[in-house]
Amino acid sequence: MLPSFSVLKKNLKNNVDSFKVIKIAILADTASQLVTQAIKGYGIENKVNFEIFEADYNQIDHQIFDPTSELYEFAPDFLIILKSTEHLTKYFYTLDRDKKENFAATQIEYIDALYQTISQKLNCYILITNFIELNDSVFGNYASKVVSSFSYQIKRLNLNLMDYCQNRNKVYIIDVDSQITQLGYRQTFDPKMYFIADMVFNIDFLPYLAKNIYDVILAISGNFKKCIILDLDNTLWGGIIGDDGIDGIEIGNLGNGKIFSELQLWVKQLKQRGIIIAICSKNTEEIALEPFKTHPEMVLRLEDIAIFVANWKNKADNIRFIQSVLNIGMDSMVFIDDNPFERELVKKEIPEITVPSLPEDAAEYLIFLKSLNLFETASFTLDDEYRTVKYQKEAERSFLQNSFANMDDFLANLEMVSEVKPFLGFNIPRVSQLSQRSNQFNLRTIRYSEQELIEISTDSNYYTFSFSLVDKYGDNGLIAFVILNKIDESTLFIENWVMSCRVLKRGMEIFTLDYVVSNAKLNGFNKIIAEYIPTKKNTLVKEHYSSLGFELLPNNQYVLDLNIYKLGTQNFITRI
Amino acid sequence: MDKKEILIKINEIFKNILDNEALTIYENTIASDVEDWDSLNHIQIIVAIEKTFKIRFTTNEIHHFKNVGELLVAIESKLA
Repeated sequence: MLPSFSVLKKNLKNNVDSFKVIKIAILADTASQLVTQAIKGYGIENKVNFEIFEADYNQIDHQIFDPTSELYEFAPDFLIILKSTEHLTKYFYTLDRDKKENFAATQIEYIDALYQTISQKLNCYILITNFIELNDSVFGNYASKVVSSFSYQIKRLNLNLMDYCQNRNKVYIIDVDSQITQLGYRQTFDPKMYFIADMVFNIDFLPYLAKNIYDVILAISGNFKKCIILDLDNTLWGGIIGDDGIDGIEIGNLGNGKIFSELQLWVKQLKQRGIIIAICSKNTEEIALEPFKTHPEMVLRLEDIAIFVANWKNKADNIRFIQSVLNIGMDSMVFIDDNPFERELVKKEIPEITVPSLPEDAAEYLIFLKSLNLFETASFTLDDEYRTVKYQKEAERSFLQNSFANMDDFLANLEMVSEVKPFLGFNIPRVSQLSQRSNQFNLRTIRYSEQELIEISTDSNYYTFSFSLVDKYGDNGLIAFVILNKIDESTLFIENWVMSCRVLKRGMEIFTLDYVVSNAKLNGFNKIIAEYIPTKKNTLVKEHYSSLGFELLPNNQYVLDLNIYKLGTQNFITRI
Repeated sequence: MDKKEILIKINEIFKNILDNEALTIYENTIASDVEDWDSLNHIQIIVAIEKTFKIRFTTNEIHHFKNVGELLVAIESKLA
């Protein structure tokens, strides 16, 4: 359950000193004070301190088109533009038919003008709400056939807005339309509040809106879910496999089977979009595996599951095991279980993990899970679809690793091959994504958009390297990158070094540095400066530079003398 | 529920929305007597009263309340 608006409002008095600060600006064409309070309060609820600039009433144009406005002085990380469907409707009604027919296109031109102006002065993300696709009952259902109807134009505007965002990496849509469809306009709009105070969102809706905006901001900031851990009995199928047997569990046409088939279909979609699926069940492994192998109506199969854990141990311990194999943050995992006891135990033992309180009736599971928007993301690449295979290989590797007493023997046996490339059109999306996703092995935690990387890749003061890694178990894809900035003729600075934690402890760090150093020497440099900026999540690489032979300078800075650095201290990875 | 009981409940709502535990309002209290009772808080108070008493005010009523007493009368008549 979301906290109510009055709870969010009370949060405003809490001490926020220790919270992460994110600067946001809110521009609206309606009264936005309560929206601002809700967003601020929702942030505090989740230990984020939104430092907010809220423009005065109806100042979208003024703040954006006046170069001396408070907006530009404030310089937010995120700019939220709330344009109401209600005001847009009023404006639409003043237009003649020609203008109505071109309304969506004209609005996009206007939004583009806003965007062009903002991006000349600010390097912030822009979050814009879409519009509510309600029929205004002027043409009734026939509006679908009338290009000059509001109904027709507002739908087209939403579609055009999505098209507009495709190639603009800093513009994101807040899908208010979908939220309002879910809750119903009568629940989200109070005519009284609108006519008296020009507020278009009912007080009870504000926490929902705040959460949605929060979700998008956090995802862009690199905080999102990567894995869903599922229980089996009465969660993925009806009944208990150990008692009811393979012919007795409800899936497909048997009993309540449809409920679970549809849930599995949805989970499979998550997998295809890059969410890792893990199973954590109290069962005998062999019995729990059986439906995945032989039940004709199961949607999920073993190939969809990255890690399968079925035993009689405590679920919190099993989740810790899953986390150690995947090597991702506990806060990026969601645990789904029908049993309140197991949920409470996991919540208590592992406070960082998300554990939704499933409704009692299994028929409600799916609509409930969808309403939580657990899997907000800020990027999608085709590579994401293959993530499961990579983690399955990783699980195999960790088993193999246990069979080698000596780490070097294990690494030598992996037959690792790496390809090094500068940033180019084809690898830039993945590099950008790696910079967004990696929190642990990320020395300065700079997030790069694709556009920024394109600029860096063509700037002669920058040297860029991306690394892929293939081993005998499969292709890990692009797993690391280093960006160096030329300070002077003899000195380079490591602007950022990022690596996927999947390939930790494989000698990849040494291979990377060897390559960077050889390249730097070829270009006449004799010194590399580096810096470690600590965050809550990157303590893993606190000793990274000192362990590679850099000398510590003040302020977490390091220096490496290239004439002293010894190349080739490991030979597990071959360059192709 | 009589006026007295309604007034007690309304006091709670005012304290809560205006975030002022020391506040007491009476039948003859008007908006300008109370610090922070501005239009932004007014709409929140109205919505909270509607929720608490499960009633609905009309926009016309909201515009014409002169003091707390008139608000009480309106609530009482809707509850009757």
